[in-house]
Amino acid sequence: MSFALVDGNNFYVSCERVFDPKLEGRPVVVLSNNDGCVVARSQEVKALGVRMGVPWFQLRDLAREHGIVAKSSNYSLYGDMSARMMGVLGRFSPDQEIYSIDECFLGMDGFGHLDLAAYGQQIRTRIKQWLGLPVCVGFGATKTLAKLANHVAKKRPEFGGVCDLVALSAAAQDALFASIDVGEVWGVGHRGTPRLKALGIDNVQALREADPKWLRREFSVVLERTVAELNGTPCIELEEEAPNKQQIMSSRAFGAYVYDLAGLEEAVATYVGRAAEKLRRQGSRAGAVQVYVRTNPFKGDHPQYQRGITVPLPEPADDTRLLARAALACLRRLYKPGYAYQKAGVMLLDLTDAGHAQGALFDTDRGNPALMRVMDRVNAYWGRGTLRLAAEGVPASNQSWRMRRGMMSPCYTTRWAELPVVR
Amino acid sequence: MISIPSPSPPRAARPLFLSRVPAGFPSPADDYVECSLDLNEHLIAHREATFFVRVKGHSMTGAGIRDGDLLVVDRSLEAGDGDIVVAVVDGELTVKRLSRRGGTVRLLPESPGCEPIEFKDGQELTVWGVVTSVIHRVK
Repeated sequence: MSFALVDGNNFYVSCERVFDPKLEGRPVVVLSNNDGCVVARSQEVKALGVRMGVPWFQLRDLAREHGIVAKSSNYSLYGDMSARMMGVLGRFSPDQEIYSIDECFLGMDGFGHLDLAAYGQQIRTRIKQWLGLPVCVGFGATKTLAKLANHVAKKRPEFGGVCDLVALSAAAQDALFASIDVGEVWGVGHRGTPRLKALGIDNVQALREADPKWLRREFSVVLERTVAELNGTPCIELEEEAPNKQQIMSSRAFGAYVYDLAGLEEAVATYVGRAAEKLRRQGSRAGAVQVYVRTNPFKGDHPQYQRGITVPLPEPADDTRLLARAALACLRRLYKPGYAYQKAGVMLLDLTDAGHAQGALFDTDRGNPALMRVMDRVNAYWGRGTLRLAAEGVPASNQSWRMRRGMMSPCYTTRWAELPVVR
Repeated sequence: MISIPSPSPPRAARPLFLSRVPAGFPSPADDYVECSLDLNEHLIAHREATFFVRVKGHSMTGAGIRDGDLLVVDRSLEAGDGDIVVAVVDGELTVKRLSRRGGTVRLLPESPGCEPIEFKDGQELTVWGVVTSVIHRVK
């Protein structure tokens, strides 16, 4: 058995650069929602020592000095480019697991006759030409090894963006693994790393040689499995069908504090709309709705309040109107005047397959599936929020809860009005 | 009745039935019914690699590309001599005709008063994609 892991380099920044070539070679960061923290960095920014997650306001001086360009996150663009990339990659193997927005595993069984390193270069060239995106490719006998190979391909320029561990001799593998920090292993994580290091296991080779039984006792069965994978025994299979989510969440920090119930109602209704859309897309219904609100915990001098309420629905539902009715009833129960609210969230729980719904004993409002279908299609075609509940309000500058995205690039590939311009 | 185009049209559209008479004679045309036509199929050869861009300016009017037109650009194609391409010049996207002859690479405008852009030794031309169609609205 063997696997490939293909991963986009600085994916969000690379997507921005495809449509704005002026950004090529310049230091670029992409910021989180509300333009808060750095969520993606170009190579030039990494070289300046900027860490992931740093708040943008702390970077202002450095940005001025080095001409760092900041972009608000444009998930419509990244999502569309990701779908294109996964489509192209899907043709390089019959087995594909999309692992995140910018990485996927490919099953490489039956590719043994190929020079995998050359195949990896073909993948890189294809994605670069068709989409303008740089990627790295790692090959390994297990998913954990493929992930590690990808790390090597990314960090060590001498590999030219492709690392095939399967082709390395045992001695070469040992030497390579001894030079990689144990924290880079998939599944070890931030919590596992310091504990392993305290026990003298600080590189990947040391972890490979550790006694699995002992690791299981000291840590977990998960780490035992990771070590088996590092030694070439596959324990984690490809998940080709993404499992349906067990709960669906939509929450945002507000662009500015919200004080009144009306503002919170608009925000909560909007989040319900988003969550319900995702719910219908995966063909589920929700049995319960949870709403929570909170003030800013980092402002110790402000009065603090935070609370969530969950209500069961009389019958599992996927109609935005029914879910919003329940959510707004929750919100009215937990709202207290006199606080500066900073965040609200909606969670849809107790999800069941829409095909296997059990009817309630008494007659209840079952919603209107045809209306929801029309709403989803209208919004997919003309953009999110085109058709929405009146409770969501009218997008306007007086909606202080809406996200701040002051430096967002156009939705180049998903809106007719925002196409790239050529002269 | 409002019909909303699907954002991701299925490749094979449903056949168009000409008659829907449950009783009586079926339409003699029913046996000849084919699938309805899908412009995506006509204009797009490589779905993932195809992008739409908007033209601004008049440098390519001679090639039938006018201000405000929509171009279908296929990035999967290798650009050859004579192709109309979108290229990167000074960090901007531009549409021009590519000329590769006798060792010189040039981007040629097709409009009086516009100058060709020549790429000398050491200057690399970045082709962004090859233009395959022009969509020009007349109404």
